[in-house]
Amino acid sequence: MSAEAVKEATSQRTVHLIIERQDNPNSKPYTQEFILPYRPGMNVIACLMEIQRNPVDKDGNPVAPVAWECNCLEEICGACMMVINGKPRQACTAVVDQLEQPIRLKPARTFPVVRDLVVDRSRMFDALKKIKAWIPIDGTYDLGPGPRMPERDRQWAYELSRCFTCGACLEACPNVNERTSFIGAFAISQARLFNAHPTGAMHREERLEALMGEGGIHECGNAQNCVQVCPKGIPLTTSIAAMNRQVTWYAIGAWLKK
Amino acid sequence: MAQAQTHSEYVLRRLHTLAGVVPVGLFLLEHLFTNAMATSGAYAYNSAVYTIQHIPFLHVVEFFFIFLPLVYHGVYGLYVAYTSGYNAGQYSWGRNVMFVLQRITGIITFVFIIFHLWTTRFSGRAPTFQMVHDLLTQNPAYFWFMVIGVVAATFHFSNGLWSFCIHWGITVGARAQRITAYVTMVLFVVLAAVGISSLVAFTHTA
Ligand code: SF4
Ligand code: FES
Repeated sequence: MSAEAVKEATSQRTVHLIIERQDNPNSKPYTQEFILPYRPGMNVIACLMEIQRNPVDKDGNPVAPVAWECNCLEEICGACMMVINGKPRQACTAVVDQLEQPIRLKPARTFPVVRDLVVDRSRMFDALKKIKAWIPIDGTYDLGPGPRMPERDRQWAYELSRCFTCGACLEACPNVNERTSFIGAFAISQARLFNAHPTGAMHREERLEALMGEGGIHECGNAQNCVQVCPKGIPLTTSIAAMNRQVTWYAIGAWLKK
Repeated sequence: MAQAQTHSEYVLRRLHTLAGVVPVGLFLLEHLFTNAMATSGAYAYNSAVYTIQHIPFLHVVEFFFIFLPLVYHGVYGLYVAYTSGYNAGQYSWGRNVMFVLQRITGIITFVFIIFHLWTTRFSGRAPTFQMVHDLLTQNPAYFWFMVIGVVAATFHFSNGLWSFCIHWGITVGARAQRITAYVTMVLFVVLAAVGISSLVAFTHTA
C-alpha cells in the first residue's frame, strides 16, 4: 500500500484487528494486526473476508490470509465460534459497532488449532456419541409411532435442542483442560434432552451410565461459566443439576439392586 | 454398549462431596459450638470438653468419623484442586470467582488443620481453656493465623454446601441455586462470626 493509501485509510473510519494466528497444528502462535476500512453494520466475519480480499497487515506487508470457519452467518450452525475480546462467541453475530477496538481474535484453544481461527471440535462429536445423543428408532420391522411428548416438556426441551455444538461452553469451562477428560456442559444438556423424549427415554440408563463414566458429570465443578457464554441461552447449569439428580438416583438404585 | 464403564471416578467424587458435609461439616459445626462455650467463660468450656472426652469409644469415633473422612476429603480435594483449571482472570463472573475461592480456601484449610492439630490435639497437652489461652496470647501471629483458618474453613464449608446441593441434584433450577447461594453466604458470615468471637473469648483471662 502506498503512503497515500495509508493516509487515506486512516483518515476514514477504520477497524483495528489483532489476530492470534497459527500456521499449522504444531507451529507456534503469533499475532498480526490489521487495519481495515469500516463499513456500516459489518461483523467480524466481514472483517475476515476483507482481509481475505486484501491480505496485508497494518503496515501494508502482504501476509497469508487468515483462515476461519463459517457457514450459516445467522448463529445457527455454530461453526464460527472463536474468542473475541476475551470471550468465546459466534463471529457472525459479533457486530463491529458493538465491540471495543482493537478487536482481538483468538482461536478457542480448548480445542486443537488446525490453522489460525479454525479449530478441530471432534471431541464434541465423540462426547455426543458417548452419551448417545440420538433416539434409536430403527428396527427390522415398522415399530409404529412412539409415545407422544407432553407439550409442557416439549417447551423446555426445545430450548435444549437449540445447541449447535459451537463449543463456547467448553472454551469457558475451567474444568475442560488437559488434566481432565470432561465431556463438557453441552453433552450433559443433550443427555437431558434425549432422556426427556418419551422414545429417547427408552435408552435412559445408557446415557446415565455414560455420564457416570470417564470424563462424566462428576468433573463439573459448578463454576457456571458455560451458562454465561452460551450464545443460545441454554440453561446449562439447570441441565447439569437435573442430570445430577437423575444420575444420583440411578446410581443409588443400581447399587442397591446389585 | 461398552458395559465395562468404570464408575470409580464418579463414586470417589461423590464420596468426596458427601464426606465434606457428613461427617466433616457436621464436625466443624460441633467444634465451633463447643469452642463458643468459651464465650461463657473457662468453666463452661472446660466442662464441655470434659463431656466430649467421656464419649464412649472416643478414639474409635474420632478415627472413623473424623480422622479418616477428613484425610480423604482433604487429600482427594487437593487432587480436585490440581485438576481444576483457573480462569477467573478472563471470566470474572461471581460463580467462577467462588469456584476459585473454594479451592484456595480448601488448600488454606488443609494447611491450617495440620498446624492446628499439631499444636492442640497432638501437642500432648490437656485441652483446657488455659492451654488455648496460652497458645493464642503468646504470639499474636498465632491468633491471626487462627482467624484466617476459621474464615477459610467456614467459607469452604458454606460454599461447599451450595455446591453439594447441585452435585447431588437437590437444587436444580436457577432460582433455587441463587437462593441457596444467599443462604449459604449468610451461614458463612454467622459461622465465621461465631468462630472469631470464640477466639476473642479465649484471649481473655480465665
Ligand atoms: S450448549 Fe451453548 S455454548 Fe455449549 S455448544 Fe451448545 S450452543 Fe454452544
Ligand atoms: S456462521 Fe453459523 S453460527 Fe456463525
